[in-house]
Amino acid sequence: MALQDVSGFQDTPIHTSLSSLSTSSSPPTRRPFPLSHGTTTLAFVFQGGVIAAADTRASCSGLVACPSAQKILPIHSHLLVTTSGSGADCMLWERILAREIRLYQLRHGRRLSITGSAKLLSHMLHPFKGTDVCVAATLCGWDVEELFYVCSDGTRLQGELFSVGSGSPYAYGVLDGEVRWSLNEEEAISLAREAVYRATHRDAYSGNCVDLFHITAQGYCRRDREDLREEYHRKRERKDAGSHATSLVLTLGVGKRRSVEREKIQRGGVKWHGVE
Amino acid sequence: MEYLIGIQGQDFVLVAADNVAAHSIVKMKQDQDKMFKLSDKILLLCVGEAGDTVQFAEYIQKNIQLYKMRNGYELSPTAAANFTRKNLADYLRSRTPYHVNLLLAGFDETDGPGLYYMDHLSALAKAPFAAHGHGAYLTLSILDRYYRPDLTRDEAVDLLKKCIEELNHRFILNLPSFSVRLIDKDGTHDLEKLIPVGSK
Repeated sequence: MALQDVSGFQDTPIHTSLSSLSTSSSPPTRRPFPLSHGTTTLAFVFQGGVIAAADTRASCSGLVACPSAQKILPIHSHLLVTTSGSGADCMLWERILAREIRLYQLRHGRRLSITGSAKLLSHMLHPFKGTDVCVAATLCGWDVEELFYVCSDGTRLQGELFSVGSGSPYAYGVLDGEVRWSLNEEEAISLAREAVYRATHRDAYSGNCVDLFHITAQGYCRRDREDLREEYHRKRERKDAGSHATSLVLTLGVGKRRSVEREKIQRGGVKWHGVE
Repeated sequence: MEYLIGIQGQDFVLVAADNVAAHSIVKMKQDQDKMFKLSDKILLLCVGEAGDTVQFAEYIQKNIQLYKMRNGYELSPTAAANFTRKNLADYLRSRTPYHVNLLLAGFDETDGPGLYYMDHLSALAKAPFAAHGHGAYLTLSILDRYYRPDLTRDEAVDLLKKCIEELNHRFILNLPSFSVRLIDKDGTHDLEKLIPVGSK
């Protein structure tokens, strides 16, 4: 995790035995310099199109190299790519992908589908597998199949919800419970913003601002970059306002036992009971 | 982390694979199909390192189809298995070996059903039943105990369900669903996905 890396914490024996179950067999080669990897990007499909969101912090081991990087790059009016991994590799490979897609369009007279673009990127990255090239991109667009995840280790997956980067587990925690097909545009955008905010709150390598893009049949539209510090202060104020109200209620209820039963049926059918 | 299983009967082969595509601790996709159709009566099940699986399986798939286009007839399951093994072995001592574990299942007009087990060191063995993955450690003894060469289709599906229930019970990782297919003289049939009780 990010905090462990920053503070130089050593892996515990339990952690190493779990990681030995993973399928990677080749020993990692030593890098002469630290590469930047940290980010939170996400994208999901809903009835109103596709939402793509990302933070703007470019980190380089313990240092914030740039607080206003752009991690979502448009390729053409109906295709965006979100970048994660090594900043330099992503910048290069996205330009190469954009060039190849444009060449295809000029040669064949029609746009390459997103499925085709994902396959093209995946096959271009394949010769570099096993080297230090680190690119994890999600291609989002308006097409029959709208969302693809492509990684430099060769993974190519089609799906409806992806989050990539060091902050992605935190973003999944927020998105998995709330993303539905029937969201309207405002709800989807605020959900994406919330997921990036929560990830930047917990992950040291994500932060600063959030970029939000929305793709529809007419093309992509970009919202203004929003500083997540404002979001943090807004939430603090709301929490402080809320806690004043509950402290009043508690003083009234002093001396009485109250049991609170809270049922929240989630996807897995888990029932929660909270007893005071 | 991933799981493949194959069971050969008198005149059919039953195969199943889990549906999870994972990346370190996160399930990126829960409906991934790990079976590749090489021809009407041959399936290749492929697990292993992230990009290698799809890359290698599609390479074999396209080459099998190319053979059919060039020669006018399809490769038999035995020939396809040996072709796959040769390709895997050729890459093994190169700078870019494919780290994949495979099951190849097929039905031949003359030889009948066949199940071939292949591992990442390109060892090939024809077997009556086989499994890949950490789940194989838990389920091979069940297959040893209950397998008979004259299993009917329903009995084979029951044996498969026994194996999946054991995984659901004992395997530390949650594998929520499994794709199941059956190959016989009429081709490849999709059976209903198996979803162990208690998982979602």
